[in-house]
Amino acid sequence: MLQRLIVLMGAGLLALALALALALAACGGGSEAAPATAPTTTPEPAAAFPVTVEADNGHVEIAAEPSRIVSLSATATESLFAIGAGGQVIAVDDQSNHPAEAPVTDLSGFQPNIEAIAGYEPDLVIAAYDPGGLVNGLERLGIPVLLQDAARDLDAAYEQIETLGAVTGRVEEARAVAAGMEEEIEELIASAEGAAGLSVYHELGPDFFSATSGTFIGSIYERLGLENIADDAERAGSDYPQLSAEHIVSSNPDLIVLAHTKCGGQTAQTVAKRAGWRQIDAVTEGNVVEADDDITSRWGPRTVEFVAVVVEALEEAAAR
Amino acid sequence: MTDAGRLRARLAAARGDRPLPGISLAWAFAVLVFVVVAAILGLALGPVSLGAGRVARELLSHVPFLGVESSLTETEDAILWELRAPRVALGLIVGALLASAGAAYQGVFRNPLADPYLLGAAAGAGLGATLVIAYDVGDPLGFDLRPVAAFAGALLGVATAYALGRSVGGGRSTATLILAGVTVAAFLTAVQTFVQQRNADTVQEVYAWILGQLETSGWREVLIALPYAVVSSALLLWHRRLLDVLAVGDDEAASLGVAVARVRLLVVAAATLGTAAAVAFSGLIAFVGIIVPHAVRLLVGTSYRAVLPLSLAVGAGFLVLTDLICRTAIAPAELPIGVVTAFLGAPFFAAVLRTTRTVGP
Repeated sequence: MLQRLIVLMGAGLLALALALALALAACGGGSEAAPATAPTTTPEPAAAFPVTVEADNGHVEIAAEPSRIVSLSATATESLFAIGAGGQVIAVDDQSNHPAEAPVTDLSGFQPNIEAIAGYEPDLVIAAYDPGGLVNGLERLGIPVLLQDAARDLDAAYEQIETLGAVTGRVEEARAVAAGMEEEIEELIASAEGAAGLSVYHELGPDFFSATSGTFIGSIYERLGLENIADDAERAGSDYPQLSAEHIVSSNPDLIVLAHTKCGGQTAQTVAKRAGWRQIDAVTEGNVVEADDDITSRWGPRTVEFVAVVVEALEEAAAR
Repeated sequence: MTDAGRLRARLAAARGDRPLPGISLAWAFAVLVFVVVAAILGLALGPVSLGAGRVARELLSHVPFLGVESSLTETEDAILWELRAPRVALGLIVGALLASAGAAYQGVFRNPLADPYLLGAAAGAGLGATLVIAYDVGDPLGFDLRPVAAFAGALLGVATAYALGRSVGGGRSTATLILAGVTVAAFLTAVQTFVQQRNADTVQEVYAWILGQLETSGWREVLIALPYAVVSSALLLWHRRLLDVLAVGDDEAASLGVAVARVRLLVVAAATLGTAAAVAFSGLIAFVGIIVPHAVRLLVGTSYRAVLPLSLAVGAGFLVLTDLICRTAIAPAELPIGVVTAFLGAPFFAAVLRTTRTVGP
C-alpha cells in the first residue's frame, strides 16, 4: 500500500523533476522541437507593430507595443529590465529576484495558475517553461505568450534578448545589451586562453549532479577550452548526470565550480571536509569557485559576471 | 505440509517439545559465503578501475607478517578506503536492517505484504528530509540535519500510527493498525508533497533522496548507523521464536502465555528503529524488505528462527550487489538504488514464486 504511494509519488516527481532539471539548470536538450529562438523578421530599428517573432512556441505575433507584461521567467525578467523595458512589466514570478525593482508577485512559473496570470490582464506573458498547458491555456484566452526555453549556448542567449527587444519595441537597446555582453564575454574568453585544456567539475547539488557540455553552462566551459568531467558520463543519457564521487576524485579536476552556494550552503570549506576530496588538487590549492546559484541557473545579462568569476579563478589557478 | 499440520508443528514448537527447523548448517554457510563474496566484489569493482588484484594486495598488506606491499597510489587508496569501503559497509547495514525489519513486520502483522515502510515510516522520513532540503536548513549544528530529520520523521510517523491504531482497535487487531498506518502515511505524504511543490527549486534534491542512494561522506555515517543496527537486529533476533508463536494467531499465542501486545510493540519498535536508521542515511530504498524475506521463506520454509537471521544476511549481500550495479552500470554516472532494487527484485521474485508452491509468512 505504502509502497504504491511512494511509487505514485515518485512517478509524479519524475515528470516534474525532469522538467525542472531542464528549466532550472539551464538545459538545451529540452528545446529539440523548436530551433534556437531568433527573430524571423529582423525588425527595422523603428520597430513598427505588429511584429512577428519566432519563439519556442512557434510564431508569435504581437499586435501593439505591450504595456502589461507578465514575466514567469527569471531570466527574461533580468533581460527585460536590462533593455529598459522594465516599465512595461507589471508582474514577475516568485523566482524573479533580480533586479530589486522587479514587481515580484506570488505567481509561479513552475506551477502556473492560468487564472491568476489572466487576472493581471497581461498583453504579453513570457515564460521559460510550459507546464500544465500554460501556453495553450493563455492563448485560448487571447493572451499572447512568448516561450523562451533555456538557451543552448551564448548565441541563443543573445538572440533571446534581441527577441525580447523586438516584442517590447526596444530593438536598439536590446541589440546594445546583447552586443555588449558578447563583447565582454569574448574579451574574457580571449584573456583566459592560457587555461585551455584545464578540467572543470560543475556541481549542481550535494548528490554530485553535474552539467555536461550539452547545457548552457557547459557550453561556456567549452568556449573557455575547459575539459568537463561530466562529459565522461554520456552513458547516463542526460545532460545532468549524477556523477560518482570516485569519478570526481580520480578525474582530479583543476577547477571546481559550486552552483549551490546560496541554496545548499556549500563552500570551499565544506567541500574540503568531504571524505577523500583532499586528493583533488583544486581542493588543496583553493581552486574552488563559489558561484551564485541564480546566475548559474539563468542565461541572462548577468552571465557576464559568471564568466568573469570563472576566468578570474582560472587565472589564479594558472598562476599557482 | 497441510495447514493443520503446520499449526500443530507451531504449537508443538511453542511448547518446546518439538522444535521447528532452525537454520541448517548448509544454509548458514551458503549465506555467509554470499555476503563475503558480495562485500569483496563491492570493494574490488567500481567506476574507477583499481584492478581486483591490486585491491587484493592492498587488503593483504593490512594483514601483519605477510609482507605484502600495496601498489595503490595515494588517490587510489583514498578512493578505496574513504569512498568505496564506507559505501559497501553502509550497504551491508542498510540491507540487513531493511530485510530483517521486513521479515519482522510480516510476522508481527501476519501480512505477507507488510514492509519496513508500513505504518508511515517512509512518509514520515520523506517529510523530515523534504523539510530540511526545501527550507535549506544547512548545517547549523555542524552536521547534515537530513538524516536526523528523516530519522525523527520515521519514528513520528510510526508512533502516530501506533497510537491511532491502539486507540481504535485496542492493540488487538493487526488490520486496524495497518489501516492507521495507511492513514498516517497518506496524510504525511500530502504534507510532504505540498512542501515540495512550494519549493520547486529543490525538487531534484528531494527526488534523488526519495529514490535512495548509498553515497556516504565517509565512515561517520556508518559509525552513527551501526549502534542502531546492532540494537534493532539484536532485539529482532531475540524475538524470532516468539514471532513463530505469534504466527498461529493472537488468541492462541495469548493462551500459550505470550504477552501479545507487549511483544508486538517491542518488535514493531525494534523494526522501526532499524528502518529509521536505514532511511536516515540511504533514503527510501523500496522492495528489499519484501523480496528478501519472501525469497528466504521460499528457500528455507516459514520458521522465523531461520527466516529472520537469513533475511538479515541475504539483505546485506543483496544491497551491496545492487549498489554495485548502480555504481557501474552507467559509470561514471550513478543510478538511483531504489530503482534498481525494484527493477531487478521484481522479476527475480516472480521467478522464485513460479518455481515454488507455497508462499506466505
